[in-house]
Amino acid sequence: MDVGHLPASEFDSAGLEQSLMGAPDANPVPDMVQLLTIDGELLQDDTYGSYVQGLTPEELRGFYRDMFLVRRFDEEATALQRQGELVMWVPLTGQEGAQIGSGRALKPQDYVFPTYREHGVAYTRGLELAQLLRRFRGISHGGWDPREANFHLYTLVLAAQVPHAVGYAMGMARDRLVNPKLPEAATVAYFGDGASSEGDVHEGMVFAASYNAPVVFFCQNNHWAISVPTEVQSRIPLANRAQGYGFPGVRVDGNDVLAVHAVTRWALEHARSGGGPVLIEAFTYRMSAHTTADDPTKYRLSADEEAWLDRDPLLRMEKYLRNQGLADDAFFEELREEGRNMAVRLRENVQQMEAPGFEDAFADVYAEAHPLIREELDEHRRYEAGFAGADDANPATTDPAAREHTA
Amino acid sequence: MSTTMTMAKAINAGLRAALENHPNSLLMGEDIGSLGGVYRVTEGLKADFGADRVMDTPLAESGIIGTAIGLALRGYLPVCEIQFDGFVFPGFNQITTQLAKMHSRSEGALSAPVVIRIPYGGGIGSIEHHSESPEALFAHTAGLRIITPSNPQDAYWMIQQAVACKDPVIVFEPKRRYWLKGDVDTTAPTSDPFSAHIVREGTDATIVAYGPLVPVALAAAAAAEEDGRSVEVVDLRSISPIDFDTVTESVRKTGRLIVTHEAPTFGGIGGEIAARVAERAFLSLEAPVLRVGGFHMPYPVAKVEEHYLPDIDRLLEALDRSFAY
Ligand SMILES: Cc1ncc(C[n+]2csc(CCOP(=O)(O)OP(=O)(O)O)c2C)c(N)n1
Repeated sequence: MDVGHLPASEFDSAGLEQSLMGAPDANPVPDMVQLLTIDGELLQDDTYGSYVQGLTPEELRGFYRDMFLVRRFDEEATALQRQGELVMWVPLTGQEGAQIGSGRALKPQDYVFPTYREHGVAYTRGLELAQLLRRFRGISHGGWDPREANFHLYTLVLAAQVPHAVGYAMGMARDRLVNPKLPEAATVAYFGDGASSEGDVHEGMVFAASYNAPVVFFCQNNHWAISVPTEVQSRIPLANRAQGYGFPGVRVDGNDVLAVHAVTRWALEHARSGGGPVLIEAFTYRMSAHTTADDPTKYRLSADEEAWLDRDPLLRMEKYLRNQGLADDAFFEELREEGRNMAVRLRENVQQMEAPGFEDAFADVYAEAHPLIREELDEHRRYEAGFAGADDANPATTDPAAREHTA
Repeated sequence: MSTTMTMAKAINAGLRAALENHPNSLLMGEDIGSLGGVYRVTEGLKADFGADRVMDTPLAESGIIGTAIGLALRGYLPVCEIQFDGFVFPGFNQITTQLAKMHSRSEGALSAPVVIRIPYGGGIGSIEHHSESPEALFAHTAGLRIITPSNPQDAYWMIQQAVACKDPVIVFEPKRRYWLKGDVDTTAPTSDPFSAHIVREGTDATIVAYGPLVPVALAAAAAAEEDGRSVEVVDLRSISPIDFDTVTESVRKTGRLIVTHEAPTFGGIGGEIAARVAERAFLSLEAPVLRVGGFHMPYPVAKVEEHYLPDIDRLLEALDRSFAY
């Protein structure tokens, strides 16, 4: 890239293949790890192959099933947003391979610090998917108890969770010094290619290296930070940055669920067993909009999107399962039925979710009593009670517009 | 049992007691280990508790606060030292958007009882970013508690109370009072750290001060006495929450109020106190509440900082104005 020249937001399709695969000659990261070809053929890999060799047919079908259901969930959430049931939605379509592959590599004792798009990872943690929607329905800033599934709350300030993951990992390592009977554990910090430019990623990586913390940095490079392409964030493959911090960095085909699974299992074992941090760059593509408020037609080419269609992580896994005779039409039809039922339950669940009372917003500001909270709550109650009295006298004042008018 | 010590020594002893009483507590910050911090407040602690509990961190404020949050989520009690007031801002994001909101965002499921110590304020003749008073910027954020000791007794206990508190607490330490000596009773805490103290009784006017300006307010009250004015001095101690009851009660008695702090007057804590007192005790006031604080400018260069800092004369002048009503 020339000095002073920012890449155009529209991709030049001539450079597309290069942007998909990275430029091997300019890329000091060894070839991007891939175990499944686009046609669903299994490749040999001396380093990572062993991590998927022992998978049972049930487990292999499970990867597809997870990806399918999470995509179905995503579609339903998008529809719910369109119908006004959610205030916003952040779709994950295209990133199922990166999320299911990595999520299925975790052990219960590991702890995940997500950004806001990790619905697939949440699913692998056994989190009730409807709970994810509480935040997007506008009734909670959280939505679940992170300790139940070891899956932290979503964070909207980009990269802020990265140092939290490092600190938590430092705590895990300390806990094991005190009590060696505890199982080996690690944290995973998820963030995007855009967020990788934030200072907190850098500071988190410095701390992780300094204290050899058991943390896996999992960057989903989905090529876009809203409308800004990865090239504006980094002039080298993101995985290469790890070298500068002194720990391994691996670029993996993020649309290859098996490769992601293998690499993440390797990284987690490395971290848990005292090897220190690892950075994984999952090379993937956001097929959908950034959020339901976004319009990708304003910044990207349909040719670019089409080029990624045959790399769809679901399609690739389906080809593999069919090639191997591990799944037939009946399997896929049953799954579609399961997806429909899940969507119906989800919709019912969401529509039953009610907003909390406003007074609840006073409840958890502090863990210990704080007089200002009490004072303002009392004031608020007095104010509300005043209207109750006025309402009795003059029902017309219940309409806020009418109140304003007479004021 | 009472011992005389400086405020820096009292904080050191308080941290030592916290490390002894809470096996999960740990200190983290820049240069706090072998050096004992640039103000030597943590001196000797690494030697006695080890590098695992008194951690020299990489030089990264967001990293310090951010990893402290992670450690707190794991059950640890981190006490972070920020080297100087003007250098807390790289960590401001972590403090205001993450630390302050962890408890409410999780609907009470999680807490992050991180303590952040910040040496603050001027009067030490230093260069840019070494003399600021950013307390109002933090007090404006719900979810944080902010305290500031003005004497060794409070310094010794407040740091321990901060470590024991389930909420995040920022302890603003008045660095120009680190060498102030006083008696410390190590057997019993002063009181609730979030209450104000009347440190001098009076009947004609009240001065509310905190941290570095409490000795200045006391000296002004002593000088005013020579003019026949009986001035009450309230040491606020806690900036969030503020003990408005003690302040209002004092004003009801004296009828006059001056609030003083080093931070700029505009948008500062003094304005909040003035407004509250006007709401609560309007009819007791003989004069408007007056504020004596810093000016709306970057903290000035050392050679002229004495014009910026509230001193005895500026407080006496404010008292004169108050009595002129
Ligand atoms: C600190 C901060 N700055 C800006 C934003 C607004 N914002 C939300 S998402 C986004 C792009 C993020 O891109 P990336 O990290 O690649 O993740 P992706 O959404 O593509 O998964 C931006 C700029 C934010 N949430 N936080």
